[in-house]
Amino acid sequence: MHARSRRLAAGIASLTALGLVAACGSGGDDGGGGGDGDAVTLTITANAISGGKNAAEADWIRDWVIPRFEAAQAEAGRDVTVEFLEEGVDDEDYKTKIVLDLQAGEGADIIGIDGIWVGEFAEAGYIAPLSEVAGDAVDAWDGWEQMPEAVQSAMSFEGERYGVPQGADGRVLYYNKELFAQAGLPEDWQPTSWDEILETARTLSSLDGVIPLQINAGTAMGEATTMQGVLPLLVGTGTEVWSDGAWNGDTQGLRDVLELYATIYGEGLGDPVLQQEAAGRDNSFAQFAAGEIGILLEGDYFWRSVINPDENVGTAPMANRDEVVGYALIPAQTPGSGVQGRDFVSMGGGTGRVLNPGSDNPELAWELLAFMNSAEAYTERVAGTVSITPRDDVNAEVLASDPMLTFVSENVLPINSYRPGLAAYPQVSVALQEATAAVVDGTPPADAAAAFEQALIGIVGEENVATGDG
Amino acid sequence: MTTSGTPEAATRADRPAPLPARVARAPRARHFVSRVLTVLGLALLLVFFGLPLAWLATAPFTSAPTLAVGWPDWTLDNFARIGENRYAVGSFVNSAIIGFGTCAVVLVLGAFASYALSRVRIPGRDGLLYALLLLSSIVTGTAAMVPTFQLITLLGLIDTHLAVVLVISGGTLPTVIFILKDFMDSIPRSYEESARLYGAKPWQILRDVVVPIARPGLAFVAVWTLVQVWGNFLVPYLLIRRTQQQPAAVLMYTFYTEAGQADLRLLSAFALIFSVPIIVMYFLVNRRYGFRFHGGIKS
Amino acid sequence: MTAEPAEQVLAGGGPGRRPRRARRGAAEDVAGLGFLGAGAFVAPALALIGLFLVFPALWTIYLGMTDYRLTGLQAVDPTFVGLDNYERILGDPSFWRSLRLTLVFVLLSGIVGQSLLGFAIAWALRRLSGWLKGIVETLVLAAWVIPASVSSFLWIALLDRRGGTLNALLGTEGTAWLIEHPMPSIIIFNIWVGTAFSMLLFSSALAAVPPSQLESARMAGAGGWAQLRDVVIPNIRGHILTNTLLITLWTFNTFTPYLVTAGGPNGASEILAVYIYNTAIPGGQLGVGAAISLIMLLINLVIALGYLRVGRARAARPAEATAVETAGGGETA
Repeated sequence: MHARSRRLAAGIASLTALGLVAACGSGGDDGGGGGDGDAVTLTITANAISGGKNAAEADWIRDWVIPRFEAAQAEAGRDVTVEFLEEGVDDEDYKTKIVLDLQAGEGADIIGIDGIWVGEFAEAGYIAPLSEVAGDAVDAWDGWEQMPEAVQSAMSFEGERYGVPQGADGRVLYYNKELFAQAGLPEDWQPTSWDEILETARTLSSLDGVIPLQINAGTAMGEATTMQGVLPLLVGTGTEVWSDGAWNGDTQGLRDVLELYATIYGEGLGDPVLQQEAAGRDNSFAQFAAGEIGILLEGDYFWRSVINPDENVGTAPMANRDEVVGYALIPAQTPGSGVQGRDFVSMGGGTGRVLNPGSDNPELAWELLAFMNSAEAYTERVAGTVSITPRDDVNAEVLASDPMLTFVSENVLPINSYRPGLAAYPQVSVALQEATAAVVDGTPPADAAAAFEQALIGIVGEENVATGDG
Repeated sequence: MTTSGTPEAATRADRPAPLPARVARAPRARHFVSRVLTVLGLALLLVFFGLPLAWLATAPFTSAPTLAVGWPDWTLDNFARIGENRYAVGSFVNSAIIGFGTCAVVLVLGAFASYALSRVRIPGRDGLLYALLLLSSIVTGTAAMVPTFQLITLLGLIDTHLAVVLVISGGTLPTVIFILKDFMDSIPRSYEESARLYGAKPWQILRDVVVPIARPGLAFVAVWTLVQVWGNFLVPYLLIRRTQQQPAAVLMYTFYTEAGQADLRLLSAFALIFSVPIIVMYFLVNRRYGFRFHGGIKS
Repeated sequence: MTAEPAEQVLAGGGPGRRPRRARRGAAEDVAGLGFLGAGAFVAPALALIGLFLVFPALWTIYLGMTDYRLTGLQAVDPTFVGLDNYERILGDPSFWRSLRLTLVFVLLSGIVGQSLLGFAIAWALRRLSGWLKGIVETLVLAAWVIPASVSSFLWIALLDRRGGTLNALLGTEGTAWLIEHPMPSIIIFNIWVGTAFSMLLFSSALAAVPPSQLESARMAGAGGWAQLRDVVIPNIRGHILTNTLLITLWTFNTFTPYLVTAGGPNGASEILAVYIYNTAIPGGQLGVGAAISLIMLLINLVIALGYLRVGRARAARPAEATAVETAGGGETA
């Protein structure tokens, strides 16, 4: 027995020592860029992983982008290897990781990020304008002409392009035509005011076991509450959460939005529990797909990735999606009351890819990034599941088969508003979510709006908050 | 559990024990009732602990698992999906490397330190131990993540399993030493005395005398440490870059769609494979060495 | 260094019957380590702890006095704000709510739930053997050793509003347990996860209670409750203290409930560890998060000191213990 334990101890000790040595060896050469001769390694990272989150993107990068790019470089006589670091976790964790990398001057050469992070990353100096990182080749790129200004702005900060958007999206009201028919409502529906939405929802409430109208609220849904709830409604009142260099607090617009929430959940038109569940958004998807929700405010993502009937694409597939699901523009509170006098409104989000300012081979990295955003690459990217690309030329081709996405591309993208890409935004967003949660919970809208303003002052300081309203 | 309400007040140990007469009429009926209550309690216990586990036992073998527990149709397709996943199999290997590496470091260093602390009065020993125990709560929290990451970057250990092993070892060692010291305190000194008489060096005494006796303690600490490492997400996630180096705990979080919907087929099978080694490990260790706790805090 | 007489050392063998000197943690350097040897034995562990625990911890404490954030302007150039963070936290009602929830959580799930249930199981199983004991132990331990990511998912599945097994069993269709009863949910979840430790600890503690003492108490007609109070508890006081201390610290710092309720709905189950995460990561305020961590550490410190005081006070009042030992001794004689 002693002999055995002695051997065990010796084994463990030598293993530990070995581990130390091995680690020192691999730690020494500092991974990354340059090496012997002309051999160059580029790295891409994205919150996508084969067989998991955003699998289509991951497969596309690994199976199409990388081999093609490496082959093209080899043809030009350059020995380039591209590595892909797949992540596929919760967005907050992913963000933390790339921030830690960028802070340490490390990380991949090309990094996929959410458009809303651009401002805070730029302020921290983690990313820089593309042309500063990779030189003149950026501005000379012909791809920019194909991307509408509004789409580009999703990856811009203070008028500079920090990254290339990898998609474009918009928000609409989805509705179930079968339920509409059962309630005696017309199948072609385009409300022109909030009151009209409420009217329709009240008619739908005659149906048993159906939630007439679900508009995301509460903190559990996170950003979904802000993007598919508060903000599209707020721009419908003509108010933006941030305008003219200041944050807007207790405005009439916000009070109206919260009043609408109070009406929806107070009258039982929406399910107040659903929006508090940790998986509430998924459940709202599943319930809509099962014909248990009449009207749902969602992005085009819902159409192409959730209720998509194609095999292995939709997470809550609806076999008869094309016949049953209708979509309508989100109306402003009253016609013409939206921002810039709009009748209909939407919010745009979107992700994109940036260059790491610490890259050892920024020009080559840009070459790769430009290649990833070529018409050819996008055509390949959306071959499996059609989605809206940032490029007009590709959209004209690939969206033809899908009337809904064409509708978004042509009618919704032009009326998109965007979130302010500032470091304080995530906290402001949480404060907005809390305000909706309070209202659904029974707090009078005016009190919730006042509490939001207090929270806003706590976050950004009194000097950055515009109070009162016209 | 047995209930009170009998004249046992008279038997308080501080009184002289009145003897045989009472022992004879031990109330049979009450004994029976307490027996029934015990069995009933155990049955409730089984339901309480077993119910959540039922899903883990059935869902992996169901072809279209839902969140509800249902009778499985005994398919193995879900496990085949794991084989199809590019990173799943490798992630178990990574988990094993990190898990056993941490156990090794923690056991070896913990055994040496706790033995010395147990046998030699070092000034401020107890205070130091408690202080470290408390500090470990900060470091295992999220706020210390930035310093830890920067430290590992500074050391050039980013993207190595060693980094994860060291960080988790540092965080768990105080608790390990705390538990092990209890064991060491309880080991009779006489063995060591005689070993010393035969001229054994301290480290030989530790290896040949103390470790064999303290084996249940070491076994417990090994399993405890493994449990801590096995499920840890944030430390390996942040410190390791290459996907193929990530352990299973990290990979498990990728089986979700963009909207955070779980792929139940993959997830259920993966969760089972993920849990089984550690359960088996526990029972192997338990059968071999058994677990015992000694002493407790000496204030 | 105290060299004790050999007889005393020998007598220190059995736990529970150890002479008071050993109980106080006296160290007998029987292996002849000496200060240098002991130093060499402790040094590697201390080095590792120093580098990977103390250093980041001190750094974190420093961060707690800055307005450091992960991104934005304060990420480049954090300013030293002294105790501002603390002032803000202490003035923030959501911190106090979180602290209150944490105390309830620790008390009900840790001290009451895990310790009492763990003891009860150990007590019930102490004379049982065979398959029943095997099954109970296996299930309790399985709950403890399976990774948190799996166990949290199991509970989400169990308590799910629509497809959950619990609703199906109870016929409470549509009850959203995690929304309607978030605190009871995570408390019960944490009891489920952590009871095994107390069970293991108390099992071995009960095994170490001298059977002779129990026997004599039984002879004296003591019921189960009296045996527990007069013989068992005094004998395993040290174990109770160890268990309570570790359980309290672990429960205070556990982050696992986040995986079940994410602190929701609307902060109704946001215990401190979750509060720190939500402040530091999604909220981005690492400085504030670090400051809360330190506050949490101080609370832990107070609790630990409190326990140790209780332990010391009881050790210094030998009346009960002596009485029991007399009873035990009387029997042997």
